[in-house]
Amino acid sequence: MLLIPCPWCGARDEKEFENGGPARVPRPDPTAMTDEAWVDYLLIRPSHPGALRERWWHVHGCGQWFELWRDTVTHDFLDAPDER
Amino acid sequence: MQRYSLFSLARNALTGHRDWQAVWRSPPLGKRYDVVIVGAGGHGLATAYYLARNHDITRVAVLERGWLGGGNVARNTVTIRSNYLRDESIPFYVKSVSLYRDLSRELNFNLMFSQRSMIDVVQTYPRLRDIKRRMLNMDLHGASYEVLDVDELRRRIPALTGGGPRSRLPIIAGMAHRNAGVARHDAVAWGYARAADARGIELHQHTEVTGFERGGRGEITGVQTSRGTVQTNKVAICVSGHTRTLTDGLGLRLPLQSFNLTAFVSEPVKPLIDVVVNMPDSHCYLSQSDKGELVIGGGVDPGISFRRGIKEGVFEDTVTAVLEMFPALQRLKLLRQWGGTLDTASDSSPIVSRTDIPGLYVSAGWWGGFKAIPAGGLTLAHLIANDAPHPLIEPFSLNRFRSLDFVLETGTTAR
Repeated sequence: MLLIPCPWCGARDEKEFENGGPARVPRPDPTAMTDEAWVDYLLIRPSHPGALRERWWHVHGCGQWFELWRDTVTHDFLDAPDER
Repeated sequence: MQRYSLFSLARNALTGHRDWQAVWRSPPLGKRYDVVIVGAGGHGLATAYYLARNHDITRVAVLERGWLGGGNVARNTVTIRSNYLRDESIPFYVKSVSLYRDLSRELNFNLMFSQRSMIDVVQTYPRLRDIKRRMLNMDLHGASYEVLDVDELRRRIPALTGGGPRSRLPIIAGMAHRNAGVARHDAVAWGYARAADARGIELHQHTEVTGFERGGRGEITGVQTSRGTVQTNKVAICVSGHTRTLTDGLGLRLPLQSFNLTAFVSEPVKPLIDVVVNMPDSHCYLSQSDKGELVIGGGVDPGISFRRGIKEGVFEDTVTAVLEMFPALQRLKLLRQWGGTLDTASDSSPIVSRTDIPGLYVSAGWWGGFKAIPAGGLTLAHLIANDAPHPLIEPFSLNRFRSLDFVLETGTTAR
């Protein structure tokens, strides 16, 4: 992970990017669910060794947000599971 | 336990050092224990020791996947300090520092604890404001933090020649934290291991916990290991960085994410820096070990990380920042580098708590857990023995997340 493949700009230096954390499920409606489920949505994020789908922000480049799969042990970028 | 002293050294010298006892035993794995501790790192071993010393619970097994003291207790930057922000945090870390002071004598093992002060180099006004706020709160809890002007700062750290008025972020002040110090990390693990073993606790290395046995109410009845199943009603998980690797499979939902903190060490040089220097605006800190190596710590990898080495980008940023402040170090060679995997909670404060599973305890979320080892072990042992939290860790239970009642902490390392 020295170069990050931005879908708009191609492979660029990792210092141009900010990590946006693991990709999120769509934001649920907090009024239509229990407090426990809402707290769970807010606090529990994926964190495991291996493949993880993440958001990246090309902040010092095109400014776009996009998602990539990365191995959290080797830091290699991976193809999406359906393309592997 | 064979006591170490000048006398025992002299006596063993006469017999050619052939009669030293093993530092701890390697007994066969038993069938049943009162308490099983997963992870023979700093917190696991300290917990075992305090279970025996304070609560007379000695049918305890400490299970370790790798070798004793080979995880994060060997992968930190050995800094011990108590300059935190919150009323909940400061007394806990003050206790930990005070336990460290007497620990070498108590364990009869030289931890090389050196209370040499930590000095913050402040380069921005928001940081100065934040640190002064911490100072006022620490005053209330008996921890020392004092402002230094730039002249005094440079007198205390002569090697600090960068950060002058023409640099990008000139130094505007310093803060001295006199309670801070360093200790030898291996000695902390080995000292606790030896003292726990002497009180009858069993240490089992190369014994990986692969699963848990549950009873009818979901309670813990045992652990499955690579060497067979062990029965127990109480299990404490002390596996910093990998807590969720064990707990996710149990259906527990813990608000932890793992990150990787950068550290590296230079070749040894003559005594140059006699305090721990922290540069929070530059995201790095360093101290000099007794061997003369400069121990340098940096920030975190971008994103979740279980890597044990360091990231090139973070490494480069840290080196740049150190050289900006200490230009004299630019020709030093670096000898070793490592990353410590730490799991941090949503509010950056630790978790020492019971869980929803009866009999299962966790000690996790240690962001800078080395300094917390004595107090972490003391309080977790209290929790296991009494099934009620020690007053120092009451704020750090998992219950705080149910109502989003965070203990937001900013006193953690560079981020």
